[in-house]
Amino acid sequence: MQENNTALIAMSGGVDSSVAAYLTQRAGYTCAGVTMRLYRNEDIGLCQYRTCCSQRDIDDAAEVAFELDMPFHVADYTAAFKTQVIEKFVRVYENGGTPNPCIDCNRYMKFSHLLDFAAQKGYHYVVTGHYARIAYDEKTGRWLLKKAKDQQKDQSYVLYMLSQEQLARIMFPLGELTKPEVRDIAAQQGFVNARKHDSQDICFVPDGDYVAFMERFTGKQYAAGDYLDLSGKVVGRHRGAVCYTLGQRKGLRLALGEPVYVCQKSMADNTVTVGPESTLYTRSLIADDLNWIPFDKPAGPMRLTACTRHHQKEQAVTAALLSDGRLRLDFDVPQRAVTPGQAVVLYDGELVVGGGTIQESF
Amino acid sequence: MIYLDYAANHPVDPVVLTHFCEVEQRCCGNPNASHPAGQAAKQQMARTTEAIAALLGVRPTEVLYTSGATESNNLALKGIALAGGRRSGHILTTPLEHSSVSGSLEALRQQGFTVDRLDILPDGTLDIAQLRARLREDTVLVAISAVSSELGTIQPVEQVADMLRAFPHCRLHVDAAQAVGRIPLSFAGVDTVSIAPHKFGGLNGSGLLIKREGLALEPLLHGGESASAYRSGTPAVALAAAAEVALRLALENREVRFARVRALHDRLLEGLRRYPKVRINSSDCAVPHILNLSIAGVKGTRFQQALAGQGVCVSVKSACASDGQPSEAVLAISCDRRNALSSWRISLSHLTTEQEIEAFLQIFDVCYHTLAEKNP
Repeated sequence: MQENNTALIAMSGGVDSSVAAYLTQRAGYTCAGVTMRLYRNEDIGLCQYRTCCSQRDIDDAAEVAFELDMPFHVADYTAAFKTQVIEKFVRVYENGGTPNPCIDCNRYMKFSHLLDFAAQKGYHYVVTGHYARIAYDEKTGRWLLKKAKDQQKDQSYVLYMLSQEQLARIMFPLGELTKPEVRDIAAQQGFVNARKHDSQDICFVPDGDYVAFMERFTGKQYAAGDYLDLSGKVVGRHRGAVCYTLGQRKGLRLALGEPVYVCQKSMADNTVTVGPESTLYTRSLIADDLNWIPFDKPAGPMRLTACTRHHQKEQAVTAALLSDGRLRLDFDVPQRAVTPGQAVVLYDGELVVGGGTIQESF
Repeated sequence: MIYLDYAANHPVDPVVLTHFCEVEQRCCGNPNASHPAGQAAKQQMARTTEAIAALLGVRPTEVLYTSGATESNNLALKGIALAGGRRSGHILTTPLEHSSVSGSLEALRQQGFTVDRLDILPDGTLDIAQLRARLREDTVLVAISAVSSELGTIQPVEQVADMLRAFPHCRLHVDAAQAVGRIPLSFAGVDTVSIAPHKFGGLNGSGLLIKREGLALEPLLHGGESASAYRSGTPAVALAAAAEVALRLALENREVRFARVRALHDRLLEGLRRYPKVRINSSDCAVPHILNLSIAGVKGTRFQQALAGQGVCVSVKSACASDGQPSEAVLAISCDRRNALSSWRISLSHLTTEQEIEAFLQIFDVCYHTLAEKNP
């Protein structure tokens, strides 16, 4: 029933996924589009009489699917998005970390639920507009994930968690193209949204004020607390420890005569410790929730490069598994504000070796 | 502005509004109260209910007040299906139903009921022969609309009611939201009927459910039993009174208004048929108030937005559903996904003028040339 030339394209109505749809169709696949409904305005505390981003994506994507004359589906993941993305986002912040909801959305919505949806509807592949490349290694029989040809647009950082089963059924048609080439194709095809710019913010926090979002979502008021200096002395009052992220300098509203940065948070005591920038640098980190792509498990310590945040310049690192199954990374040079909750992704040249979630740095 | 979306919402008749204000100010008591103000309100409710019953040819005990047709449909469908603690059974319906019907039935399906959708003939009417073939011993409910909201098709309600006489355990629900004031209504053999006054000059926020006497319904809203055991809540005295006036005006003037709308519709149709890419989805079995059409190759939302940009109000699908999916009703009659995605609806009222139709046709011409002709 399921033929290998059928593809379900995850469409947001934006330039990238529209061009991905066009290219997949042109390559001879029988295609359908799908847009995920991730939330409704009421779910994120916005007025239900305003058009939500999720609905706008659906409308725009339906328009493109019509232009390309392909069937179009809407997959309602509002319940899953709430538990697997939004609630986790809040939990990580409340535990003192800095979450990465876009990675969770890729992991759970696009590449888990959507792959199931495709299988149910009889589509073999799921296609997205990510900038990354997938290759098959004949020698090892494994699927590999590589950086995009357009290094500036490369999105492999948010894809490190893909399993072999997932990679076998995913296509990234934009991996070999540059953004200007993609824009040109969109303009030629007259996609209505060709001028829509890349989405930047967290989609469910459209105004960027994640603290206000969490207060609406949880119904809590985050209590004010003390700023401490490195010696533990109280130097001021903050708005609640969840409001600050490691390495932050702006918006602290502290005048201590020299620039200070958030260098530590204690959620239990609701304190935020500030200090000079030099205190932000650490040489090592521990990560868990690991995924490996070219192999099941590393055979021994590896010399690789790593990113501890999206679009960061890669840093040379020695990676070794600990006896408890977690990963330890030792950087050649100290790194600024390595933040628990964020992903660390490991590269060997253009190959994504794997990655995990940062637990602690020291 | 040219308003051609009367099937979504009809402006209130000034006579209705005046009457609403008068009753609202006069009847300040809660009809459940035993003091004079309460008793006056109760008398007003009794008079209103008797009048509505007389207009519809039913008994006063058969008139239930709700917040609108959505609640009426929910109450009837869930109330019938779940009555007596039932949690399974077979339900027959059509792909033409309003989302408050299809949504209620989907909720019942998730609770264990089997929901079966009948095919629609190319003229938009349900397939009576197939209905007969699909009726089963465990069919507990048939849910159809008297006039479908997207296509305007008049459904053979009386034939369905006749057929169901041989199935004494099967109930018949009719969604008459688009039918009142447009076609004659018959309640014979029908168990429940939903009515929406705001579709014919009444006020929003008020609905009626006509429920055959003796039929038990599981209520949606629990509470006091003063108005009805089936629907709790302080009776909205003035809304009920407004519904009565709207209903009277709609029924008394039905034939005159119908003829007027028929003439407007025919002029509209004549104008639209000149365009080669126009496909009329509403058949001759439709009321003239509703005209569904597609422009080949132009998505319905696109055309609607172009018209909206010129001040013309029409709708794509019924106002209550918009999720990028083709219209199920148009898909059901045409079996053509692209045609269904290109469809939209014009709906007329006796308030529509000849000038509005002519102005609409001129604006349509501009939009057609801009949108349809660039898509060869």
